[in-house]
Amino acid sequence: MSGFDFDVIERSLPYLFREGMTFTLTLTALAMTGGIVFGTLLAMMRLSAFKPLSMLAGAYVNLMRSIPLVLVIFWFFFLVPYIGAWILREPNPIKVGTFWSALITFTMFEAAYYCEIMRAGIQSIARGQVWSGYALGLNYWQTMGKIVLPQAFRNMLPVLLTQTIILFQDTSLVYVISATDFLGAASKIANRDYRLVEMYSFVAIVYFAMSYGLSTLVRRLQQRIAIIR
Amino acid sequence: MISMKNVSKWYGSFQVLADCSTEVAKGEVVVVCGPSGSGKSTLIKCVNALEPFQKGSITVEGISVGDPKTNLPKLRSRIGMVFQNFELFPHMTVTENLTLGQVKVLGRSIGEATEKGLKLLERVGLLAHKDKYPGQLSGGQQQRVAIARALSMDPIAMLFDEPTSALDPEMINEVLDVMVELAKEGMTMMVVTHEMGFARKVAHRVIFMDAGRIVEDANKEEFFGTPRSERAQQFLSKILHH
Repeated sequence: MSGFDFDVIERSLPYLFREGMTFTLTLTALAMTGGIVFGTLLAMMRLSAFKPLSMLAGAYVNLMRSIPLVLVIFWFFFLVPYIGAWILREPNPIKVGTFWSALITFTMFEAAYYCEIMRAGIQSIARGQVWSGYALGLNYWQTMGKIVLPQAFRNMLPVLLTQTIILFQDTSLVYVISATDFLGAASKIANRDYRLVEMYSFVAIVYFAMSYGLSTLVRRLQQRIAIIR
Repeated sequence: MISMKNVSKWYGSFQVLADCSTEVAKGEVVVVCGPSGSGKSTLIKCVNALEPFQKGSITVEGISVGDPKTNLPKLRSRIGMVFQNFELFPHMTVTENLTLGQVKVLGRSIGEATEKGLKLLERVGLLAHKDKYPGQLSGGQQQRVAIARALSMDPIAMLFDEPTSALDPEMINEVLDVMVELAKEGMTMMVVTHEMGFARKVAHRVIFMDAGRIVEDANKEEFFGTPRSERAQQFLSKILHH
Protein backbone atom coordinates (compact mmCIF):
# COMPACT_ATOMS: atom_id res chain seq x y z
CA MET A 1 0.00 0.00 0.00
CA SER A 2 3.03 2.27 -0.01
CA GLY A 3 1.91 3.95 -3.24
CA PHE A 4 -1.31 5.21 -1.69
CA ASP A 5 -1.70 8.29 0.45
CA PHE A 6 -4.89 8.20 2.45
CA ASP A 7 -3.96 11.28 4.41
CA VAL A 8 -5.13 13.34 1.49
CA ILE A 9 -8.68 12.44 2.46
CA GLU A 10 -8.29 13.68 6.01
CA ARG A 11 -6.64 16.87 4.81
CA SER A 12 -9.44 17.61 2.37
CA LEU A 13 -12.37 16.63 4.60
CA PRO A 14 -13.37 20.21 5.48
CA TYR A 15 -13.42 21.20 1.81
CA LEU A 16 -15.20 18.03 0.71
CA PHE A 17 -18.01 18.36 3.21
CA ARG A 18 -18.31 22.09 3.82
CA GLU A 19 -18.23 22.93 0.14
CA GLY A 20 -19.08 19.75 -1.73
CA MET A 21 -21.56 17.90 0.45
CA THR A 22 -23.36 21.10 1.36
CA PHE A 23 -23.91 21.81 -2.32
CA THR A 24 -25.06 18.22 -2.95
CA LEU A 25 -27.48 18.11 -0.01
CA THR A 26 -28.89 21.59 -0.64
CA LEU A 27 -29.46 20.74 -4.28
CA THR A 28 -31.06 17.40 -3.35
CA ALA A 29 -33.37 18.91 -0.74
CA LEU A 30 -34.50 21.85 -2.87
CA ALA A 31 -34.91 19.81 -6.06
CA MET A 32 -36.89 17.23 -4.10
CA THR A 33 -39.23 19.86 -2.67
CA GLY A 34 -39.64 21.66 -5.98
CA GLY A 35 -39.88 18.40 -7.90
CA ILE A 36 -42.61 16.99 -5.65
CA VAL A 37 -44.65 20.21 -5.78
CA PHE A 38 -44.32 20.56 -9.55
CA GLY A 39 -44.69 16.80 -10.05
CA THR A 40 -47.92 16.77 -8.04
CA LEU A 41 -49.33 19.58 -10.16
CA LEU A 42 -48.33 17.64 -13.27
CA ALA A 43 -50.02 14.53 -11.90
CA MET A 44 -53.23 16.49 -11.29
CA MET A 45 -53.01 17.81 -14.85
CA ARG A 46 -52.43 14.32 -16.25
CA LEU A 47 -55.53 13.09 -14.44
CA SER A 48 -57.63 16.05 -15.51
CA ALA A 49 -60.74 15.37 -17.56
CA PHE A 50 -59.80 18.40 -19.66
CA LYS A 51 -57.92 16.73 -22.52
CA PRO A 52 -55.48 19.50 -23.59
CA LEU A 53 -54.24 19.80 -20.00
CA SER A 54 -53.64 16.07 -19.57
CA MET A 55 -51.99 15.82 -22.97
CA LEU A 56 -49.67 18.73 -22.22
CA ALA A 57 -48.58 17.19 -18.92
CA GLY A 58 -48.25 13.77 -20.55
CA ALA A 59 -46.05 15.17 -23.29
CA TYR A 60 -43.83 16.94 -20.76
CA VAL A 61 -43.38 13.81 -18.66
CA ASN A 62 -42.62 11.63 -21.66
CA LEU A 63 -40.15 14.15 -23.03
CA MET A 64 -38.22 14.41 -19.76
CA ARG A 65 -38.18 10.66 -19.29
CA SER A 66 -36.88 10.07 -22.80
CA ILE A 67 -33.82 12.33 -22.61
CA PRO A 68 -30.63 11.35 -20.74
CA LEU A 69 -30.15 13.47 -17.62
CA VAL A 70 -26.68 14.66 -18.66
CA LEU A 71 -28.15 16.08 -21.80
CA VAL A 72 -30.87 17.90 -19.87
CA ILE A 73 -28.24 19.37 -17.56
CA PHE A 74 -26.23 20.70 -20.48
CA TRP A 75 -29.29 21.85 -22.31
CA PHE A 76 -30.65 23.87 -19.38
CA PHE A 77 -27.20 25.21 -18.53
CA PHE A 78 -26.88 26.80 -21.96
CA LEU A 79 -30.55 27.62 -22.47
CA VAL A 80 -31.67 29.00 -19.12
CA PRO A 81 -29.67 32.27 -19.47
CA TYR A 82 -31.47 32.93 -22.75
CA ILE A 83 -34.90 32.00 -21.40
CA GLY A 84 -34.24 34.22 -18.38
CA ALA A 85 -33.28 37.09 -20.66
CA TRP A 86 -36.40 36.55 -22.69
CA ILE A 87 -38.66 36.50 -19.63
CA LEU A 88 -37.01 39.58 -18.08
CA ARG A 89 -36.76 41.30 -21.46
CA GLU A 90 -33.00 41.78 -21.11
CA PRO A 91 -30.95 42.16 -24.28
CA ASN A 92 -28.16 39.82 -23.13
CA PRO A 93 -28.25 36.32 -21.63
CA ILE A 94 -28.53 36.66 -17.86
CA LYS A 95 -25.99 35.05 -15.53
CA VAL A 96 -27.68 32.26 -13.65
CA GLY A 97 -24.79 30.45 -12.01
CA THR A 98 -24.20 26.74 -11.80
CA PHE A 99 -26.22 26.21 -8.63
CA TRP A 100 -29.41 27.81 -9.92
CA SER A 101 -28.99 26.21 -13.30
CA ALA A 102 -28.59 22.80 -11.65
CA LEU A 103 -31.54 23.43 -9.32
CA ILE A 104 -33.87 24.37 -12.17
CA THR A 105 -32.71 21.35 -14.18
CA PHE A 106 -33.18 18.85 -11.41
CA THR A 107 -36.52 20.28 -10.35
CA MET A 108 -37.86 20.09 -13.89
CA PHE A 109 -36.35 16.68 -14.57
CA GLU A 110 -37.29 14.99 -11.31
CA ALA A 111 -40.80 16.46 -11.48
CA ALA A 112 -41.49 14.02 -14.34
CA TYR A 113 -40.62 11.07 -12.11
CA TYR A 114 -42.35 12.43 -9.02
CA CYS A 115 -45.38 13.07 -11.25
CA GLU A 116 -45.69 9.40 -12.13
CA ILE A 117 -45.40 8.43 -8.47
CA MET A 118 -48.03 10.95 -7.37
CA ARG A 119 -50.30 9.93 -10.23
CA ALA A 120 -50.22 6.34 -8.98
CA GLY A 121 -50.81 7.67 -5.47
CA ILE A 122 -53.81 9.75 -6.45
CA GLN A 123 -55.27 6.83 -8.39
CA SER A 124 -54.84 4.60 -5.35
CA ILE A 125 -57.41 6.69 -3.47
CA ALA A 126 -60.91 5.26 -3.84
CA ARG A 127 -63.36 7.33 -5.86
CA GLY A 128 -65.69 7.34 -2.88
CA GLN A 129 -63.26 9.57 -1.00
CA VAL A 130 -63.55 12.21 -3.73
CA TRP A 131 -67.32 11.83 -3.81
CA SER A 132 -67.44 12.16 -0.08
CA GLY A 133 -65.48 15.43 -0.22
CA TYR A 134 -67.64 16.82 -3.01
CA ALA A 135 -70.82 15.74 -1.21
CA LEU A 136 -69.79 17.89 1.76
CA GLY A 137 -69.57 20.84 -0.60
CA LEU A 138 -65.78 20.99 -0.89
CA ASN A 139 -64.49 22.21 -4.24
CA TYR A 140 -61.83 20.50 -6.38
CA TRP A 141 -58.84 22.18 -4.70
CA GLN A 142 -60.16 21.60 -1.18
CA THR A 143 -60.93 17.95 -1.95
CA MET A 144 -57.47 17.48 -3.44
CA GLY A 145 -55.63 19.40 -0.74
CA LYS A 146 -57.45 18.07 2.30
CA ILE A 147 -58.49 14.56 1.29
CA VAL A 148 -56.80 13.07 -1.75
CA LEU A 149 -53.24 14.42 -1.68
CA PRO A 150 -52.52 13.83 2.03
CA GLN A 151 -53.53 10.18 1.62
CA ALA A 152 -51.75 9.79 -1.72
CA PHE A 153 -48.62 11.35 -0.27
CA ARG A 154 -48.70 9.08 2.77
CA ASN A 155 -49.21 5.97 0.64
CA MET A 156 -46.39 6.95 -1.71
CA LEU A 157 -43.89 8.24 0.87
CA PRO A 158 -41.53 5.25 0.58
CA VAL A 159 -41.50 5.49 -3.22
CA LEU A 160 -40.99 9.26 -3.12
CA LEU A 161 -38.04 8.79 -0.79
CA THR A 162 -36.55 6.05 -2.94
CA GLN A 163 -36.75 8.43 -5.89
CA THR A 164 -35.02 11.04 -3.73
CA ILE A 165 -32.14 8.65 -3.10
CA ILE A 166 -31.77 8.33 -6.86
CA LEU A 167 -31.89 12.12 -7.11
CA PHE A 168 -29.19 12.37 -4.45
CA GLN A 169 -26.92 10.15 -6.53
CA ASP A 170 -27.85 11.85 -9.79
CA THR A 171 -26.83 15.27 -8.50
CA SER A 172 -23.21 14.09 -8.90
CA LEU A 173 -23.71 14.66 -12.64
CA VAL A 174 -23.50 18.43 -12.10
CA TYR A 175 -19.76 18.07 -12.25
CA VAL A 176 -20.15 18.23 -16.04
CA ILE A 177 -21.00 21.92 -15.65
CA SER A 178 -18.06 22.32 -13.26
CA ALA A 179 -20.17 22.70 -10.15
CA THR A 180 -18.44 21.90 -6.89
CA ASP A 181 -20.71 19.25 -5.50
CA PHE A 182 -19.35 16.41 -3.37
CA LEU A 183 -17.98 14.52 -6.38
CA GLY A 184 -16.81 17.72 -8.06
CA ALA A 185 -14.90 18.78 -4.95
CA ALA A 186 -13.28 15.38 -4.64
CA SER A 187 -12.45 15.37 -8.30
CA LYS A 188 -10.69 18.74 -8.01
CA ILE A 189 -8.50 17.51 -5.17
CA ALA A 190 -7.87 14.21 -6.90
CA ASN A 191 -6.55 15.98 -9.94
CA ARG A 192 -4.60 18.60 -8.02
CA ASP A 193 -2.78 16.08 -5.80
CA TYR A 194 -2.94 13.24 -8.29
CA ARG A 195 -4.71 11.00 -5.77
CA LEU A 196 -7.50 9.66 -7.98
CA VAL A 197 -7.83 6.17 -6.50
CA GLU A 198 -7.94 7.40 -2.93
CA MET A 199 -10.42 10.20 -3.55
CA TYR A 200 -12.81 8.30 -5.80
CA SER A 201 -12.81 5.32 -3.45
CA PHE A 202 -13.66 7.60 -0.57
CA VAL A 203 -16.43 9.30 -2.54
CA ALA A 204 -17.89 5.93 -3.46
CA ILE A 205 -17.89 4.81 0.17
CA VAL A 206 -19.63 7.99 1.33
CA TYR A 207 -22.32 7.74 -1.38
CA PHE A 208 -22.85 4.08 -0.55
CA ALA A 209 -23.11 4.69 3.19
CA MET A 210 -25.59 7.54 2.82
CA SER A 211 -27.75 5.87 0.19
CA TYR A 212 -27.78 2.54 1.97
CA GLY A 213 -28.59 4.19 5.28
CA LEU A 214 -31.48 6.07 3.73
CA SER A 215 -32.92 3.07 1.95
CA THR A 216 -32.82 1.13 5.23
CA LEU A 217 -34.86 3.94 6.78
CA VAL A 218 -37.30 3.78 3.88
CA ARG A 219 -37.76 0.03 4.39
CA ARG A 220 -38.61 0.59 8.06
CA LEU A 221 -41.00 3.35 7.12
CA GLN A 222 -42.69 1.06 4.60
CA GLN A 223 -43.32 -1.52 7.31
CA ARG A 224 -44.79 1.11 9.62
CA ILE A 225 -47.13 2.41 6.92
CA ALA A 226 -48.21 -1.15 6.17
CA ILE A 227 -49.21 -1.53 9.82
CA ILE A 228 -51.17 1.76 9.90
CA ARG A 229 -53.10 0.71 6.80
CA MET B 1 -88.19 19.60 -2.86
CA ILE B 2 -86.35 17.22 -5.16
CA SER B 3 -87.84 16.91 -8.60
CA MET B 4 -86.61 14.69 -11.44
CA LYS B 5 -87.96 14.88 -14.94
CA ASN B 6 -87.12 12.36 -17.66
CA VAL B 7 -83.55 11.81 -16.49
CA SER B 8 -81.48 9.62 -18.82
CA LYS B 9 -77.83 8.71 -18.54
CA TRP B 10 -75.46 6.70 -20.69
CA TYR B 11 -72.04 5.21 -20.07
CA GLY B 12 -70.81 5.28 -23.65
CA SER B 13 -73.55 3.46 -25.54
CA PHE B 14 -74.86 1.69 -22.44
CA GLN B 15 -77.93 3.33 -20.99
CA VAL B 16 -77.93 3.26 -17.18
CA LEU B 17 -80.92 5.51 -16.57
CA ALA B 18 -83.92 5.75 -18.86
CA ASP B 19 -86.53 8.48 -18.51
CA CYS B 20 -86.62 8.57 -14.73
CA SER B 21 -89.12 10.97 -13.21
CA THR B 22 -90.13 11.37 -9.60
CA GLU B 23 -90.71 13.90 -6.83
CA VAL B 24 -89.65 13.97 -3.22
CA ALA B 25 -91.63 16.41 -1.07
CA LYS B 26 -90.32 18.13 2.03
CA GLY B 27 -90.32 15.75 4.99
CA GLU B 28 -90.93 12.75 2.79
CA VAL B 29 -88.97 9.51 3.11
CA VAL B 30 -88.58 7.68 -0.19
CA VAL B 31 -86.97 4.26 -0.41
CA VAL B 32 -85.41 3.26 -3.72
CA CYS B 33 -84.99 -0.47 -4.27
CA GLY B 34 -84.36 -2.88 -7.09
CA PRO B 35 -81.95 -5.57 -8.22
CA SER B 36 -78.24 -4.75 -8.44
CA GLY B 37 -77.31 -2.93 -11.59
CA SER B 38 -80.76 -1.41 -11.89
CA GLY B 39 -79.36 2.11 -11.63
CA LYS B 40 -80.62 3.06 -8.17
CA SER B 41 -77.23 4.18 -6.84
CA THR B 42 -76.59 6.11 -10.03
CA LEU B 43 -79.98 7.80 -9.76
CA ILE B 44 -79.37 9.00 -6.22
CA LYS B 45 -75.88 10.26 -7.14
CA CYS B 46 -77.41 12.33 -9.90
CA VAL B 47 -79.35 14.30 -7.29
CA ASN B 48 -76.19 15.98 -5.96
CA ALA B 49 -74.37 15.81 -9.30
CA LEU B 50 -71.77 13.26 -8.26
CA GLU B 51 -72.84 11.55 -11.47
CA PRO B 52 -73.61 13.69 -14.50
CA PHE B 53 -76.64 12.89 -16.65
CA GLN B 54 -77.18 13.65 -20.30
CA LYS B 55 -80.92 14.18 -20.62
CA GLY B 56 -83.75 15.49 -18.49
CA SER B 57 -83.62 17.75 -15.46
CA ILE B 58 -83.24 17.55 -11.71
CA THR B 59 -84.03 20.45 -9.42
CA VAL B 60 -83.45 20.75 -5.69
CA GLU B 61 -85.57 23.50 -4.15
CA GLY B 62 -85.90 24.99 -7.62
CA ILE B 63 -82.16 25.01 -8.34
CA SER B 64 -81.23 23.06 -11.45
CA VAL B 65 -78.55 20.43 -10.77
CA GLY B 66 -77.54 19.97 -14.40
CA ASP B 67 -77.16 23.69 -15.14
CA PRO B 68 -73.46 24.49 -15.67
CA LYS B 69 -74.04 27.88 -14.00
CA THR B 70 -75.21 26.28 -10.74
CA ASN B 71 -72.79 26.59 -7.83
CA LEU B 72 -72.46 22.86 -7.24
CA PRO B 73 -70.36 22.96 -4.04
CA LYS B 74 -72.99 25.20 -2.47
CA LEU B 75 -75.84 22.99 -3.63
CA ARG B 76 -74.08 19.84 -2.45
CA SER B 77 -73.34 21.34 0.96
CA ARG B 78 -77.10 21.56 1.55
CA ILE B 79 -77.70 17.88 0.73
CA GLY B 80 -76.24 15.33 3.09
CA MET B 81 -74.98 12.07 1.65
CA VAL B 82 -74.12 8.75 3.25
CA PHE B 83 -72.22 6.13 1.27
CA GLN B 84 -72.15 2.36 1.21
CA ASN B 85 -68.48 2.26 2.28
CA PHE B 86 -68.81 5.11 4.81
CA GLU B 87 -66.03 7.12 3.14
CA LEU B 88 -64.85 8.76 6.31
CA PHE B 89 -61.49 10.42 5.83
CA PRO B 90 -59.04 7.84 7.24
CA HIS B 91 -56.26 10.33 7.89
CA MET B 92 -58.40 12.49 10.16
CA THR B 93 -59.84 11.86 13.62
CA VAL B 94 -63.57 11.50 14.07
CA THR B 95 -63.80 15.10 15.26
CA GLU B 96 -61.79 16.38 12.29
CA ASN B 97 -64.09 14.44 9.97
CA LEU B 98 -67.04 16.20 11.57
CA THR B 99 -65.62 19.71 11.39
CA LEU B 100 -63.89 19.78 7.97
CA GLY B 101 -66.96 20.64 5.91
CA GLN B 102 -68.37 23.03 8.50
CA VAL B 103 -65.15 25.06 8.61
CA LYS B 104 -64.16 24.91 4.93
CA VAL B 105 -67.58 25.20 3.34
CA LEU B 106 -69.84 26.92 5.85
CA GLY B 107 -67.10 29.12 7.28
CA ARG B 108 -67.83 28.24 10.89
CA SER B 109 -65.11 28.72 13.48
CA ILE B 110 -63.30 25.64 14.73
CA GLY B 111 -64.88 26.07 18.15
CA GLU B 112 -68.39 26.35 16.77
CA ALA B 113 -67.85 23.42 14.38
CA THR B 114 -66.42 21.22 17.11
CA GLU B 115 -69.31 21.98 19.45
CA LYS B 116 -71.81 21.09 16.73
CA GLY B 117 -69.87 17.98 15.73
CA LEU B 118 -69.64 16.68 19.28
CA LYS B 119 -73.33 17.28 19.87
CA LEU B 120 -74.13 15.15 16.83
CA LEU B 121 -71.59 12.55 17.87
CA GLU B 122 -73.34 12.26 21.20
CA ARG B 123 -76.63 11.88 19.40
CA VAL B 124 -75.35 8.84 17.48
CA GLY B 125 -73.87 7.52 20.72
CA LEU B 126 -70.20 7.81 19.86
CA LEU B 127 -68.94 10.76 21.89
CA ALA B 128 -66.37 8.53 23.59
CA HIS B 129 -64.71 7.90 20.24
CA LYS B 130 -64.21 11.52 19.24
CA ASP B 131 -60.41 11.36 19.12
CA LYS B 132 -60.13 8.02 17.34
CA TYR B 133 -59.34 7.45 13.70
CA PRO B 134 -62.00 5.81 11.50
CA GLY B 135 -59.86 2.67 11.16
CA GLN B 136 -60.21 2.09 14.89
CA LEU B 137 -64.01 1.93 14.71
CA SER B 138 -66.34 -0.87 13.65
CA GLY B 139 -68.29 -0.57 10.41
CA GLY B 140 -71.50 0.34 12.21
CA GLN B 141 -69.74 3.00 14.23
CA GLN B 142 -68.11 4.45 11.12
CA GLN B 143 -71.45 4.69 9.38
CA ARG B 144 -72.98 6.47 12.36
CA VAL B 145 -70.09 8.96 12.27
CA ALA B 146 -70.71 9.39 8.54
CA ILE B 147 -74.36 10.22 9.25
CA ALA B 148 -73.32 12.69 11.93
CA ARG B 149 -70.86 14.25 9.48
CA ALA B 150 -73.59 14.73 6.90
CA LEU B 151 -75.90 16.22 9.55
CA SER B 152 -73.21 18.63 10.70
CA MET B 153 -73.83 20.63 7.53
CA ASP B 154 -77.49 21.23 8.51
CA PRO B 155 -78.76 19.63 5.30
CA ILE B 156 -82.23 20.24 3.91
CA ALA B 157 -82.33 16.64 2.65
CA MET B 158 -80.33 13.44 3.09
CA LEU B 159 -79.33 10.86 0.49
CA PHE B 160 -78.39 7.35 1.59
CA ASP B 161 -76.67 5.04 -0.87
CA GLU B 162 -77.03 1.49 0.47
CA PRO B 163 -75.96 2.59 3.96
CA THR B 164 -76.10 -0.90 5.47
CA SER B 165 -74.92 -3.10 2.60
CA ALA B 166 -71.30 -3.17 3.70
CA LEU B 167 -72.12 -3.91 7.33
CA ASP B 168 -72.01 -7.14 9.28
CA PRO B 169 -75.59 -8.18 10.13
CA GLU B 170 -75.26 -7.41 13.84
CA MET B 171 -74.38 -3.80 13.07
CA ILE B 172 -77.19 -3.04 10.68
CA ASN B 173 -79.70 -2.11 13.35
CA GLU B 174 -77.56 0.48 15.11
CA VAL B 175 -77.39 2.37 11.82
CA LEU B 176 -81.04 1.86 10.92
CA ASP B 177 -82.08 3.10 14.36
CA VAL B 178 -80.34 6.41 13.72
CA MET B 179 -82.01 6.65 10.32
CA VAL B 180 -85.46 5.85 11.72
CA GLU B 181 -85.06 8.54 14.33
CA LEU B 182 -84.03 11.00 11.64
CA ALA B 183 -87.05 10.10 9.53
CA LYS B 184 -89.36 10.57 12.49
CA GLU B 185 -87.96 14.05 13.03
CA GLY B 186 -89.20 14.94 9.57
CA MET B 187 -85.94 14.88 7.58
CA THR B 188 -86.42 14.64 3.84
CA MET B 189 -84.72 11.39 2.84
CA MET B 190 -83.98 9.40 -0.27
CA VAL B 191 -82.71 5.98 0.69
CA VAL B 192 -81.34 3.28 -1.60
CA THR B 193 -81.65 0.09 0.43
CA HIS B 194 -82.75 -3.52 0.49
CA GLU B 195 -83.88 -3.19 4.09
CA MET B 196 -87.59 -3.65 3.57
CA GLY B 197 -88.17 -3.57 7.33
CA PHE B 198 -86.91 0.00 7.30
CA ALA B 199 -89.11 0.81 4.33
CA ARG B 200 -92.19 -0.60 6.08
CA LYS B 201 -91.43 1.30 9.25
CA VAL B 202 -90.70 4.81 8.00
CA ALA B 203 -90.99 5.16 4.24
CA HIS B 204 -93.81 7.17 2.73
CA ARG B 205 -93.13 5.95 -0.77
CA VAL B 206 -91.21 3.17 -2.44
CA ILE B 207 -89.58 3.42 -5.86
CA PHE B 208 -88.73 0.17 -7.61
CA MET B 209 -86.15 0.27 -10.37
CA ASP B 210 -85.15 -2.28 -12.98
CA ALA B 211 -82.74 -1.91 -15.90
CA GLY B 212 -82.44 1.85 -15.49
CA ARG B 213 -86.19 2.49 -15.37
CA ILE B 214 -88.47 3.47 -12.56
CA VAL B 215 -90.88 0.56 -12.82
CA GLU B 216 -92.96 1.37 -9.80
CA ASP B 217 -93.40 4.52 -7.74
CA ALA B 218 -96.09 3.97 -5.14
CA ASN B 219 -97.16 4.65 -1.58
CA LYS B 220 -95.69 2.23 0.89
CA GLU B 221 -99.01 0.48 1.60
CA GLU B 222 -99.74 0.08 -2.06
CA PHE B 223 -96.25 -1.18 -2.85
CA PHE B 224 -96.16 -3.84 -0.16
CA GLY B 225 -99.85 -4.71 -0.58
CA THR B 226 -100.19 -5.17 -4.29
CA PRO B 227 -97.15 -4.29 -6.41
CA ARG B 228 -98.44 -3.71 -9.89
CA SER B 229 -95.49 -4.92 -11.93
CA GLU B 230 -94.49 -8.54 -12.15
CA ARG B 231 -90.84 -7.60 -11.82
CA ALA B 232 -91.47 -5.91 -8.46
CA GLN B 233 -93.51 -8.89 -7.26
CA GLN B 234 -90.67 -11.25 -8.08
CA PHE B 235 -88.13 -8.99 -6.41
CA LEU B 236 -90.20 -8.64 -3.25
CA SER B 237 -90.87 -12.36 -2.95
CA LYS B 238 -87.15 -13.03 -3.26
CA ILE B 239 -85.96 -10.56 -0.69
CA LEU B 240 -88.82 -10.94 1.77
CA HIS B 241 -88.42 -14.71 1.96
CA HIS B 242 -84.83 -14.49 3.07
